[in-house]
Amino acid sequence: MTTYRAEIYITLKPSVLDPAGTAITKGLQQQQYPGVEQVRIGKYIELTLTAANTAAAEAQVERMCQEVLTNPVIETYRFRLEGEG
Amino acid sequence: MNCGIVVFPGSNCDRDMAWVTERILGQPTRFIWHQETDLGEVDLVILPGGFSYGDYLRCGMLARFSPVMAAVVAHAQAGKWVLGVCNGFQILTEVGLLPGTLLRNRDLQFICDTVPVQVERTDLPWTQRYQKQQVLNLPIAHGEGCYYAEPAVLHQLEQQGQVVFRYVAPNPNGSLADIAGICNPQGNVLGMMPHPERASDGEVGGTDGLGLFQGLLAWYSKSACASQLP
Repeated sequence: MTTYRAEIYITLKPSVLDPAGTAITKGLQQQQYPGVEQVRIGKYIELTLTAANTAAAEAQVERMCQEVLTNPVIETYRFRLEGEG
Repeated sequence: MNCGIVVFPGSNCDRDMAWVTERILGQPTRFIWHQETDLGEVDLVILPGGFSYGDYLRCGMLARFSPVMAAVVAHAQAGKWVLGVCNGFQILTEVGLLPGTLLRNRDLQFICDTVPVQVERTDLPWTQRYQKQQVLNLPIAHGEGCYYAEPAVLHQLEQQGQVVFRYVAPNPNGSLADIAGICNPQGNVLGMMPHPERASDGEVGGTDGLGLFQGLLAWYSKSACASQLP
């Protein structure tokens, strides 16, 4: 078994309003960052897991993202997996 | 009517619910700890408001994995009554008994207020004591009460008459279609952000919410009599 480290990024779907992101966009623009166009806030999760191989680890992370870590109604995700050996 | 109120770590409206079902309506009421797996002989399961599991990651998400939830889902699937209020509504969407989800309020503030809420249908046990379009003054207390669903789901909710309660303008939290409460297609599972239990005792908060519990009890009494016929 190998230990893997997953970095999971969860973001709101483009169709879902992000009022906190909008507030921060305006805040930044009103400070000295007029070039800021859009801010979207998401979540970042790091986790370690053990699995037989990379494919198995990927499948596990994929499943937990779909079933637990994100709400598919409003969120999408992507992740990076590193083997720690 | 046997009432069971599920208590999660972080629930805080469980006792208000029991005050209504036990003290005001005089019905046998039991608190069900989230680690129990057998609901026993309950007719009505209530998921109360609060902040189950500290709202970690998403409101209602961790409650979904509580041992008691399999029994709650089975209870709902058997066509029996499940009421989720506030955090209870959030849990019902997370567990998939109701569609959509509840987002952060439009104005990013936790709202603690009493707001007008309109009854959209009265052919349900939950609402039979009310008039159609009747406006109730009900307390709300939430940071994540902005109902959201994909357009197709929203369309289906409207088509099937699953919107039970709507906020009267101005919409406090930005929920789509002014939705304050919805039921499943069969009507036995109801989720709502306003707190009917906090508007059931004339001494505090008015009595506009009491009709919901009285309607349920009346429906129960009627069907209990019917089932005793030979």
